[in-house]
Amino acid sequence: MLSRTADSLYWIARYMERAENLSRILRVTDRLSLMPKLAGTGSNEWHSTIVVSDCEEGFYEKYEEATAEHVISYLAFDPDNPSSIRSCIEAARRNARSVRTALTTEQWECLNGTWLEMSRMKESRLRGGGLHGFLDWVKERTLMFHGSTVATMLRRDSFHFMQLGTFIERGDNTARILDVKYHVLLPEHAEVGGGIDYYQWAAILRAVSGYRGYHALYNEGIKPWLVADFLIMREEMPRSLVACMGKVKECLDHLADEYGQRHESHRMAGRRYSQLRFGKVDDVFGQGLHLFLEQFIDQNNDLGAEISRSYLM
Amino acid sequence: MPEAKIGAIFDEMGLNDQECRRAYLGLRDWLNETPADILALRREEAETFFRKIGITFAVYGEGGDPERIIPFDIIPRILEAAEWRHITAGLTQRVRALNAFIADVYGAQDIVRAGLMPADQIILNDTYRHQMQGITVPNGIYTHISGIDMVRVSADEFYVLEDNVRTPSGVSYMLENREITMRLFPDLFSRHAVAPVDHYCDELLTTLSSVPPRHCDREPTVVVMTPGIYNSAYYEHSFLADQMGVELVEGPDLYVKDDIVYMRTTQGPKRVDVIYRRVDDEFLDPLAFRADTALGVAGLMNAYRAGNVNLANAVGAGIADDKSTYTFVPAMIEFYLGEKPILNNVPTFRCGEPDDLKYVLERLDELVVKETHGSGGYGMLIGPKSTKAEREMFAARIKATPDKYIAQPTLALSTCPTFVNEGIAPRHVDLRPFVLAGKDIRVVPGGLTRVALTEGSLVVNSSQGGGTKDTWVLED
Repeated sequence: MLSRTADSLYWIARYMERAENLSRILRVTDRLSLMPKLAGTGSNEWHSTIVVSDCEEGFYEKYEEATAEHVISYLAFDPDNPSSIRSCIEAARRNARSVRTALTTEQWECLNGTWLEMSRMKESRLRGGGLHGFLDWVKERTLMFHGSTVATMLRRDSFHFMQLGTFIERGDNTARILDVKYHVLLPEHAEVGGGIDYYQWAAILRAVSGYRGYHALYNEGIKPWLVADFLIMREEMPRSLVACMGKVKECLDHLADEYGQRHESHRMAGRRYSQLRFGKVDDVFGQGLHLFLEQFIDQNNDLGAEISRSYLM
Repeated sequence: MPEAKIGAIFDEMGLNDQECRRAYLGLRDWLNETPADILALRREEAETFFRKIGITFAVYGEGGDPERIIPFDIIPRILEAAEWRHITAGLTQRVRALNAFIADVYGAQDIVRAGLMPADQIILNDTYRHQMQGITVPNGIYTHISGIDMVRVSADEFYVLEDNVRTPSGVSYMLENREITMRLFPDLFSRHAVAPVDHYCDELLTTLSSVPPRHCDREPTVVVMTPGIYNSAYYEHSFLADQMGVELVEGPDLYVKDDIVYMRTTQGPKRVDVIYRRVDDEFLDPLAFRADTALGVAGLMNAYRAGNVNLANAVGAGIADDKSTYTFVPAMIEFYLGEKPILNNVPTFRCGEPDDLKYVLERLDELVVKETHGSGGYGMLIGPKSTKAEREMFAARIKATPDKYIAQPTLALSTCPTFVNEGIAPRHVDLRPFVLAGKDIRVVPGGLTRVALTEGSLVVNSSQGGGTKDTWVLED
């Protein structure tokens, strides 16, 4: 397979996953912003969203203040933001066009249909309570795309490259969503573990479709260290860091079997996976959750770059 | 000097006479049985089909939807076996002569020595590539894929309008149009013995594999090379690669090391032997041609010269499809093959010749004027349909650079029954069959019929509102 074809497949999956997660991040932020605000706190949720989406620079070039309207516009619709939901969908479809024949009809029709609908959509639909309808639509389309991939693609290199893209991106995004909590400061007089803290963690769980899953796995109320355990260490949770890393390792193993060749990326993925698989959440908190997540995001980027070197260049 | 003449319009079904022509009898009956609303429904289905599979065509500089679909007319155009045999013989002869001519251009230039063509016609031509001088190409084939545009003016008169030997497109429409006709009108289709076209891609691969480079002792690896998704014919490039089961590469997918071309794959470098390139000469190799392009591959020409890769069509083949070269093709056929041309050229005036120029300028209102390097129906004057201002503008342009223009009589292009808003009505058509030349010459029975959907219009180009039709060749 041409390296460019593999690269395009990998990025189609990454862009669609990114679009999905952006919609999740916007949802959690919107929820957090609705919580009661006490004296002495600025409204910082929208700023935190810009920070965790890694687009502070571009955003503040354009806007002075991170208001809800600005952030939603920038992350959802802005063509100047290469990572906005619209840009992701366009990029996925552009890549798909260049590798049309490597995709199944169902995948192509899903991508093409999503793009057509997105390009006809007016930004004004987000106003006056339209945000959640839009975010639901994004989730629906991206999930449909995953479904079409899993249900129709032949299990060979092309499939594994797409899965790699999905899980590298998802790991990154779960870490970022979890990190939202770090950036959203508690109001001055609120207690850690108090009511507001509780709602913030609950919002995070909802954003990753994990609210019920959490309660199914833990017979306790929402505890910060358990939420972290859930999103980092639990393989049952399909968006957790360990689950993503497990899938990355699995895809790389399939490629090694198919091609009869192993690379540095295999060693790296194996090591990252083992660290998560056999690590303890206490260590995470010992190190500091925010620091741990930052480190994970960096290492995940390195792994992505190494996968590129192995196959995609 | 040729003479301009205008005849009566010939309809291929016989819409203008009382008598329905034989090839169309089955179609006539079927049209009589089928109500117009069913036809309208089928036409909608066809459009949905094309949109869904994404056969689009980019039209530049007009705004609107850049990925529009070319209108498909659901009524097929039908040719009889005997007509097709005549056309095939003529096309085969013509492509043999064109290949001999290009070989001569980049070889001894006997045609110039023989006094049949002025040296300037070659040397000063924009499509002449001096880089090709002295390069020998496998089997002496320069144009492996040719699209020969033809028009019909009467029951037995076909003319060649132009030869496309650079990167002719449209063959995917020939194949997809057939696909859709079989799908929408199985009953009509089954009443006729229509010669199949779906083996075109097999024939194409056979042709490309039959001309491996000098240094290739294994089954050659063939690829299709595209400028990328923004090219108007990108759909076709990807379609052909897919149907042949070969990789569709862009410039950056390839690199040259020690005069050998490799493609970058997920399993490391893989050697490439034959490139069906749909990238123009100037963009192929920044070291040999335009340096300001990322579409090509640095060092490709060296690999070509070293006999490590073959390119289809050959670099510099465009010398044979220049519209001013066109006028010499009948002479080429006699000179290289010692045969009389089977298919005639449209009488053509070369504005570069003083007598012709005078004649053309006096009769701009009767003639069609074309730029010698133009394509796609751009930069063209259709005399009888032009305004005085347009004619004056063209006269000025022609006087400034007469070499850049040719003129032809306005031909009475044949018409075919076409399903338009008013119902079934005659519309002007042309025909582009595709000729494959490798170890031998192959013509798949069919081609692209383009139709001018506007009543009375003679411009069939898809960039100018033309549509396409499925083209049937009946078996005996």
